[in-house]
Amino acid sequence: MAELKVNFHVTRYNPEKDPKPYIQTYSVAVNDGMTVLDGLHWIKENLDPTLVWRYSCRMGICGSCGMLINGTPTLACNTQILHLSQTDITVGPLPNFEIIRDLVPDLLSMFEKHAAVHPNIIRPEAELTDRTGEFYQSPEELEAYLQFTYCIKCGCCMGACPTLATDVRYLGPMPLTALQRYNADSRDEGFKVRAQVASADGGAFRCHYAGECSRVCPKGVDPGKAIQLLKRKLVLDYLHLANRKKPCPKLEGPGHGKLLPNMTAPPRTIPE
Amino acid sequence: MAAITRHNNRLGVWGWLGGGRWGIERYAYILHRLTGLGILLYLLMHTVVTSLRVRNIYLWTEGGFFHQPIFRLGEFCVVAAFAFHAFNGIRLVLVELGFAVGKPIEPIYPYKTSVGVQRPLLIAVMVLALLFLLVGAYNFLGLAR
Repeated sequence: MAELKVNFHVTRYNPEKDPKPYIQTYSVAVNDGMTVLDGLHWIKENLDPTLVWRYSCRMGICGSCGMLINGTPTLACNTQILHLSQTDITVGPLPNFEIIRDLVPDLLSMFEKHAAVHPNIIRPEAELTDRTGEFYQSPEELEAYLQFTYCIKCGCCMGACPTLATDVRYLGPMPLTALQRYNADSRDEGFKVRAQVASADGGAFRCHYAGECSRVCPKGVDPGKAIQLLKRKLVLDYLHLANRKKPCPKLEGPGHGKLLPNMTAPPRTIPE
Repeated sequence: MAAITRHNNRLGVWGWLGGGRWGIERYAYILHRLTGLGILLYLLMHTVVTSLRVRNIYLWTEGGFFHQPIFRLGEFCVVAAFAFHAFNGIRLVLVELGFAVGKPIEPIYPYKTSVGVQRPLLIAVMVLALLFLLVGAYNFLGLAR
């Protein structure tokens, strides 16, 4: 395929000299198969070494390169230039976050909200404190939360959420999905703790299902679904109609439960 | 070292109205908010106007300020807003109680989301709202008399 020239309209912002962001246009030589991230690298190598963005893995795993590309929050490494346009592409930082510089958003507010929802297994005899066995979990119980574990914390859902655009207190799709991921985990006993966060101001009931988080999620995590299932659980619990199952039991050692016979852990490679 | 300033990139109300390539549920979300605010405005005006009766002021009768054709059109807009808000509200109640979003599934590309699962419900309630609106239009055009 002949080489094409595509105009990249990139948001630039240097807090030390720019009063506000502005758009700078670069003409990028594009080959078949080039991603938007490749295009940004091409700009940095050939046109403007001062352009700044955040990236790491280049394969849609780390979630660092979330950007607003042609008006849609998505991963730059996961987006082919020629699938979008053969003439013009706009690239900006994720909305609803402060801009540190150029295409780099400050994701700290998202991670603070994430930490606030207790994104970990809460159970008195947790493996961390008493490592004598494992919890038994059936494939069906795993399926109840597996989809929500694929979240890579890229922030695309937070950039797409219209409620978050006006309400800074709203936890947002990513933290609430993490909350539901642990609520739906059969090993967990922390529903009451998380329900206080989820039903407070800025919790799950601020979501009114615009569906954008689910649409833009590059990993198919479907935060919209997680939040609606969370709300269902909160309402049923409030009405005392929730199915109060006991958390899954702990296996008492090799041979107990459905472990394979004669299964032992490999010898330690690091001396104690 | 000088303090680092940052640009607040929060979209604000623009985040409701546009700023991206959004789906139909996003526009339903925006319209739900706008119709809600419109109905609230109507309710406030309605309360004020009808309460003027205690002073023997009848603004909606023959010769009154609100007896103009433009306000008749405004009334129809209130009916339209009510129809959308009520029927979309039923969809939201069902969706927010987890009835029309499906169960968690393993995400396999191309991803299927809950947005697609609840889409038939959205279409159904919009058809019902339209039918309600047609009945309202029948009355509005004076055909019912």
